[in-house]
Amino acid sequence: MYAQMVKSTGQGVKDPSEMTDQERAFQERIDRGDRIEPKDWMPEHYRKTLIRQIGQHAHSEIVGQLPEGNWITRAPTLERKAILLAKVQDEAGHGLYLYCAAETLGVSRDQLTEDLLSGKMKYSSIFNYPTLNWADMGAVGWLVDGAAIMNQVPLQRTSYGPYARAMVRICKEESFHQRQGYDIMMKMAKGTPAQKNMAQDALNRTWFPALMMFGPSDAESVHSAQSMAWKIKMNSNDELRQKFVNETVPQAEFLGLTVPDPDCKWNEEKGGYDFSEPDWSEFFDVIKGNGPCNTERLAARNKAWDDGKWVRDGLMAHAEKKEARRVAAE
Amino acid sequence: MGIDTPTSDGNTASRNEWPLWEIFIRGQHGLNHRHVGSLHAPDAEMAIKNARDVYTRRNEGVSIWAVEAQHIAASSPSDKGPLFEPAQSKVYRHPTFYDIPDEAGHM
Amino acid sequence: MQQDALFEYLLRLGDNTLVLGHRVSEWCGHAPALEEDIALANVALDLIGQTQLWLGLAGEVEGTGRSADYLAMLRDVWDFRNVLLVEQPNGDFGQTIMRQFLFDLWHVLVLDALQASSNTQVAEIAEKALKEARYHLERSSDTVIGLGDGTVESHDRMQAALDLLWPYIGEFFEPDAIDLAAQENGVGPDLSRLEAAYREQLDRVLKQACLTAPTDFFAHKGGKTGFRHSEHLGHLLTQMQWLQRAYPGASW
Repeated sequence: MYAQMVKSTGQGVKDPSEMTDQERAFQERIDRGDRIEPKDWMPEHYRKTLIRQIGQHAHSEIVGQLPEGNWITRAPTLERKAILLAKVQDEAGHGLYLYCAAETLGVSRDQLTEDLLSGKMKYSSIFNYPTLNWADMGAVGWLVDGAAIMNQVPLQRTSYGPYARAMVRICKEESFHQRQGYDIMMKMAKGTPAQKNMAQDALNRTWFPALMMFGPSDAESVHSAQSMAWKIKMNSNDELRQKFVNETVPQAEFLGLTVPDPDCKWNEEKGGYDFSEPDWSEFFDVIKGNGPCNTERLAARNKAWDDGKWVRDGLMAHAEKKEARRVAAE
Repeated sequence: MGIDTPTSDGNTASRNEWPLWEIFIRGQHGLNHRHVGSLHAPDAEMAIKNARDVYTRRNEGVSIWAVEAQHIAASSPSDKGPLFEPAQSKVYRHPTFYDIPDEAGHM
Repeated sequence: MQQDALFEYLLRLGDNTLVLGHRVSEWCGHAPALEEDIALANVALDLIGQTQLWLGLAGEVEGTGRSADYLAMLRDVWDFRNVLLVEQPNGDFGQTIMRQFLFDLWHVLVLDALQASSNTQVAEIAEKALKEARYHLERSSDTVIGLGDGTVESHDRMQAALDLLWPYIGEFFEPDAIDLAAQENGVGPDLSRLEAAYREQLDRVLKQACLTAPTDFFAHKGGKTGFRHSEHLGHLLTQMQWLQRAYPGASW
């Protein structure tokens, strides 16, 4: 997902008998469905885990601007250009909302940004893949945003108030993203033979990376167990992945495109599709920095940040001067 | 979203970061300004412009307030009981508390 | 106004917003701050929207069935009618925002005048576009002032941007046969009158921005007539038009 393999305490979920009174009261509030708000008492691990998770989610939105931004200047019509630009702009907005949510936990946006740029914090593996033809804009909207929505919709009910509210706003705005992607895919799949090839090529390259977005199976993960007890993770990775495949395969069939997995078949018994696991060694390579575009993505963000410093400082200096002049005039 | 940003954790202070602003927007229908989120801006004028660009992209508002986050006074969660529970017992403030016979007409 | 002259006049309006919108969209994902990234995208979106209206009307006036997309994606450099200023590369953020300010100032004046155009379709588009352009100008002039007055570095970069782009202002106000025909028919404004207002407002903002206007009034020209564009425009078109050129007749 946009936040993958977020570490929590690493010790698993504490039994209520091992908890302090404060911890127990906190867990009871969460179990009741209460929202935790910034000034409420919270376990230090809850706070830190959330900073990692929301930060990673925000970074993914920001880095996620790049693969689609790659096609803004090459969009084939004025309308497609406007739609794509509006969508990538939304992603910047979503990053902004999420950074603000993280800031309520006592970390600054600049600190989070520096942790992204130094490689200390991660972003979703998916954005380290290249967008090579126009149909990638379709595939990204359809599959990548489609996968993200699976996770983001339940997160509107997450236990941390500012995060939940950010997700509500994001989900509302994202509703057009997947549809515009599928709209591009329909045009391409029903277009000229060259366009259909582009569409199939994009699906071939995006399918398994999209499945990887949910992260490896976390059935045994102590981190996930803790995050689920805290309601900052709402579903298991496998559960969401299965739901995604079930919804997506018929959509691919409707397009007349082939999911690049010969073992992908409907399983009547489980009421869902069987499908092949993605290559998890590739996933771990990407996470480690060896994806096809890790270097370019981080370099682009570093350049924007470094090149922008004089602008941020200049406008801040002007604001301070203006304030000083105002005070002096009083 | 940043409305309750803790000020105790001071790792923001040492940087030259644009301050955080809380944004309130009044929508088309004449309701009160409502908190919609936060953003960073060097000063109040830019905060309003940034709010226009960030929070009204979908025609959400007709008026914007920007307040620097550090100037917001917020109630403390530990006061929640004393602050808000006393109101629960004042049932006589609600119209449904009173039984008025239908014969008396609309009221 | 003759149809072919009106067509040319509309291409000028539409090509300015097309090329500048394209340039500004190049910033998406790379701006100095998130808020600025979002604001720049809004400017680009407004300009693309205006392009659809101007070039759409140009196509109608031409009457051979060419759509706004056709005009944007399938003309070559010599058929473009934008001023040279808007095709200049983004450079650093200072150059981008100075270019934007110099354009916005002209844009607001010209759109304001076009609201009174004898051509009602032109007047309607101008009225809609003016609301957007006024906000662009407010934002770009504030940013020019902020950066000009900011730090030593930001001031120096803004002065360098002004010096670099200064010779591209004059082209706005150099009337040719098309401009004069528009003026005579009440379709477009008297450019010399716009220039006085432009220079006055420009001086006011530059003063607040602590910037010094160059004294040389040399002006590059050849953009709006299409006679001689800069080399930059061809490179811009290779990206913008690539898909339509590589896959003729496809529907997207």
